[in-house]
Amino acid sequence: MPLLTGFLIVVLLLTDIALLGLRSLQVGIRLVALQGILLGAVTVLVNLDSFNLHVLVLALASVGLKGFVFPVLLSRAIRDVGVRQENEPFLGIGTSLLFGIGMMGVASWLGDRIPIFTGESPPILMSGALMTLFTGLFLIVARHKALTQALGYLVFENGIYTLAIAVTGQIPELVEVGLLLDAFVAVYVMGIAILQINRAFEHMDVDQFNTLKG
Amino acid sequence: MNLPGLYNVLVALLFCPLLLSIINRTKAFFAGRAGQPWLQPYRDIGKLLRKGAVYSRTTSWVFRAGPMVGLAAALAALVLVPLGANGAPLSFSGDLILFAYLLGLMRFFTVIAALDTGSAFEGMGASREVFFSALAEPAFLLGLTALAHAAGTFSLSELTGAGSRVWARPESVLVIAAFFVTFLCENARIPFDDPNTHLELTMIHEVMVLDHGGVDFAYVLYGAALKLWLLGAVLVSVVLPVRSELSWVNIGSGLLGMALLGVLVGIVESTMARSRLLRVPYLLVGASVLSVLAVILGLR
Repeated sequence: MPLLTGFLIVVLLLTDIALLGLRSLQVGIRLVALQGILLGAVTVLVNLDSFNLHVLVLALASVGLKGFVFPVLLSRAIRDVGVRQENEPFLGIGTSLLFGIGMMGVASWLGDRIPIFTGESPPILMSGALMTLFTGLFLIVARHKALTQALGYLVFENGIYTLAIAVTGQIPELVEVGLLLDAFVAVYVMGIAILQINRAFEHMDVDQFNTLKG
Repeated sequence: MNLPGLYNVLVALLFCPLLLSIINRTKAFFAGRAGQPWLQPYRDIGKLLRKGAVYSRTTSWVFRAGPMVGLAAALAALVLVPLGANGAPLSFSGDLILFAYLLGLMRFFTVIAALDTGSAFEGMGASREVFFSALAEPAFLLGLTALAHAAGTFSLSELTGAGSRVWARPESVLVIAAFFVTFLCENARIPFDDPNTHLELTMIHEVMVLDHGGVDFAYVLYGAALKLWLLGAVLVSVVLPVRSELSWVNIGSGLLGMALLGVLVGIVESTMARSRLLRVPYLLVGASVLSVLAVILGLR
């Protein structure tokens, strides 16, 4: 089973790289949804020995919220706003991909040095978690559009979730419920904020907030 | 010398134009057409072989040497390529680098033959070909490096044969994805170049061979079909999990894998549009990044 988990984590890495390299917002939303579904599967696989209702609920909540609810909310946001692409990011696609290599190097180096939950988890899990974390941070910092930043926030959350699985094997219910609720509220608020920004300024380029005068 | 490996060479020589037919029939199926006959690529090559060639007075021996050297390089590379778990007739440590550079030689001669005509149109195609393959090569070689590191050998046949550790290491998925992108790019298939757009400004491979005719063009077509088979065979051999003692099982599964690859390429070509010329480098850089990630993960 560690092998199957490893393959899922590599697919997670693939989605990270794709998120760095693609501009289309719709595809980005689908990729983040895929990440949520992957993480649900990883949760089940890592805890296969001590499988119980708690694990199942956690996995289902992760898949349901991140795989289906968030994408619908975000898709609705981009449909209402009518934006389809991230134009002119701060860092171009090529540079972003190169940063991806750098981040993977750091994640791989760090991942070997952080003790991992022994059990059904492959050694690649920690590196995958860190890489996803870095990708999320990078998307928040290096993109203009509020929606891509919201996606970055979700990827970041996925990274934290993977990290928690890697370190402890399973997350206490209360913490996980709190995390999911946080993410849910964040997506909800961001959806509204994106609409409001768009309505007030006719775009959702948060970079241009700098020109506002108090 | 590995005698069962000679079957690889034989089936490749026989079936490589059929791979093109599989791709075309898949595309025809998606478009709701009947498609061309299965043996059409063979008939095209046969027809061209019966024709004479016309040479422009501005060209030199380089132009005439292009198709011959290209075909010869492809044939030489064929001897190094395994099909499935059936090893190549010749294998030695480092043959994967020779393989990459035989394909490089083939490309180089196609390019200088195109430049030799002095046509601006062909020069443009040559420039694009070199640009894209310069970006595709790191993806291919780094992917091979990752696999070679995992398997602990630098020979293509051992990499994909009994010593294959592909499905024991999760990062192989990254290499396979990178190889598929290079496979499409090197053979000028759809996200990179549209093989159906004759005489359009966007094309790469077709434009370089516009001035070849008759026997030369037959060599070019057969060489291109062989190249499709060669890179496809590397991809299929890496992916294929069948490792049998019987060589006919290995070859059969290899052929099945090639047919599936043809169908997959047909599906990609039917469902995707050619990507914009300026976007192509990003795709190739993305493939290289995947290979680098595989190397990094393999080094842990």
